[in-house]
Amino acid sequence: MQELLESGLLVVVTILSVVLLLMGQKKSSGMTRKQKVMLWRILIATVLLLGLQTLGAEAFDQLGAAGRWIRLAVHLIDYLIIGYDILKKAFKGICNRQVFDENFLMAVATLGALALAVYENGEYLEVIAVMLFYQVGEWFQSYAVGRSRRNISDLMDIRPDYANVERDGKLEKVDPDEVDMGSIIIVQPGEKVPIDGVIVEGTSTLNTAALTGESLPRDAKTGDEVISGCINMTGVLKIQTSKEFGESTVSKILDLVENASSRKSKSEDFISRFARIYTPAVCYAALALAILPPLVQMVGMGLAPAWETWIYRALTFLVASCPCALVISIPLSFFAGIGGASRAGVLVKGSNYLETLSQVKTLVFDKTGTLTQGVFEVNGIHHSDLSDEKLVEYAALAESASSHPISKSLQRAYGKEIDRSRVTEIQEISGNGVIAKVDSVEVAAGNDKLMDRLGIAYISCHSVGTIIHMAINGKYAGHIVIADIVKPHSKEAIRQLKAAGVRKTVMLTGDAKKVANQVAASLGLDEVYSELLPADKVEKVEALLQAKPEREKLAFVGDGINDAPVLRRADIGIAMGAMGSDAAIEAADVVLMDDDPLQISKAIKISRKCLGIVYQNIVFSIAVKLACLILVAFGVANMWLAVFADVGVMILAILNAIRALRVQNL
Amino acid sequence: MKKTYKIEVDCANCANLMEEAARKTAGVAAATVNFMTQKMIVEFAEGQDAVQVMDGVRKACKKVEPDCEIFL
Repeated sequence: MQELLESGLLVVVTILSVVLLLMGQKKSSGMTRKQKVMLWRILIATVLLLGLQTLGAEAFDQLGAAGRWIRLAVHLIDYLIIGYDILKKAFKGICNRQVFDENFLMAVATLGALALAVYENGEYLEVIAVMLFYQVGEWFQSYAVGRSRRNISDLMDIRPDYANVERDGKLEKVDPDEVDMGSIIIVQPGEKVPIDGVIVEGTSTLNTAALTGESLPRDAKTGDEVISGCINMTGVLKIQTSKEFGESTVSKILDLVENASSRKSKSEDFISRFARIYTPAVCYAALALAILPPLVQMVGMGLAPAWETWIYRALTFLVASCPCALVISIPLSFFAGIGGASRAGVLVKGSNYLETLSQVKTLVFDKTGTLTQGVFEVNGIHHSDLSDEKLVEYAALAESASSHPISKSLQRAYGKEIDRSRVTEIQEISGNGVIAKVDSVEVAAGNDKLMDRLGIAYISCHSVGTIIHMAINGKYAGHIVIADIVKPHSKEAIRQLKAAGVRKTVMLTGDAKKVANQVAASLGLDEVYSELLPADKVEKVEALLQAKPEREKLAFVGDGINDAPVLRRADIGIAMGAMGSDAAIEAADVVLMDDDPLQISKAIKISRKCLGIVYQNIVFSIAVKLACLILVAFGVANMWLAVFADVGVMILAILNAIRALRVQNL
Repeated sequence: MKKTYKIEVDCANCANLMEEAARKTAGVAAATVNFMTQKMIVEFAEGQDAVQVMDGVRKACKKVEPDCEIFL
């Protein structure tokens, strides 16, 4: 029965390697030369072994005394065909003082078993088969890892290959690297926008799915900024580039994602530390297994020592102990997770951040631009003696130097070109407002605090929104109400975050208490802190960091404008809607390409899934390994089972790791 | 000065060994091996010749992992 099973396995390996070799003829298989050579070696060794098995030991016995040695020689040749590189590597390792690695384990185990077989003139099959199956496992590992590596890289491949430049009335394809800033490039339907720029001619719809994960196409017309990596869907676009290729969004993203897996997570560190102690420990355990039990039997109980049994068990123990499944599957899981996330528009800057993200229990939001659209509109003008237009004009001019969303909305409400030369002596008082001279009239525009500071009596407003009090020449001139709109998905996002296990949601804002409370209540947030200056936000986050247990992490989500210090201070900083914003990409650990708050819950779910897979692989591999080692030590399992356990666990772990890539439906 | 090289290495642990070996090579300020993208990023110390240093890095890597390849 056993013989039949063994021969059957060898036939399976033969067929498999022939099929794989045929597959390898095709270019698309992606097999390297090294892998093909290895396949040939596997095939030759298997066929030879099958031949020797059918011949059997009796055939050699007929040759007389020399038969035993001829049999050894033939088997030795077969052994060397399949295993010479392992022996070479193990030998080199010893020379270079890198003794304990899996090559060493395999070399010692098989050479030991070989010596036993020679001594007993017994079965050589097992020695060669163990080496053979180890090599088959290694081959699969190398192929599967290479394959999945390429799959993931292809998925993330948003790198444009060329840019179209018009020369002498003809389109020429050039390397995007060679396009100077300010050149005009042409993007045809179906092509990727290679470099960031502004449309100078043409209208089209752009598919940003590769960048943001958002499948809804965007309209683009003359004058709009476009970022590289989008796919032009309908019309021909002429684009004036505003950056060099190396500085463009697409290059930055690729850079970031490619370097992400270099930042190692704690789990990865754990594995490399584990491997460093594990291999020597196993070697010593095997040595002890070979020596101690026979000694005890001989000396302690007065029985025969049974050296062969225990040496065989020790060798099997070595075979069973290879830590490959762990070492390979953990980085692969992280890589797949980061790759999958980037497909969904979530850029994670490193495995360590993915890990931290999965432990987030407290989520702190910035209000403006994160939960609300940050697009303010002038809602009303009250108590003004001047005409409404005049008041808005003053406000817009006074705030003309500021990039705050509120200033922007005033400028939009004004609607005309702003003549900066009319404004002098601009003083920005952070968290209060602005004082400036407009047409030599002193204009103060800001909140209650500014009026208090200037000692001007003001009239409070009943409407919910941001109130900008105006004072002209030191006299109160009414207020402008500006309201922000909550993003359509904010409420759903908070609900999903809670469902995903986030315990506490906090909102920080520089905005007035009334507005903040109203927004927080409508979204169902747990805590809200309002009227904060940028520095107060850092303090609040620090207080929240102090209050929570060490293991539970705190994330801060902001739009990357004005909150870089907070993004850095939090355990993990998430920047939203960062397409094209360098500051945000720089400061944050996780960058959401889209400004949809649902992306936050998506990012957390992706990280949870990925880390779940990592833990599954760790626990599963170690558990199976330990079980095998125990079985082997008690003599229940033989070398065959040991190799199968090793290869099987590894392949399962790799397949499991690939699952981290599928995040579309989270 | 920082340079990126394409590498070929089969296993993640070997990549770690290469990284360690590269870091210890004279003239290298910092080195990272990215197994997944099969790239090695080497930062050279001030005033070092990249070609010469990489020769040393390659030798050091071959020592710990004979199967690896660095495309200079």
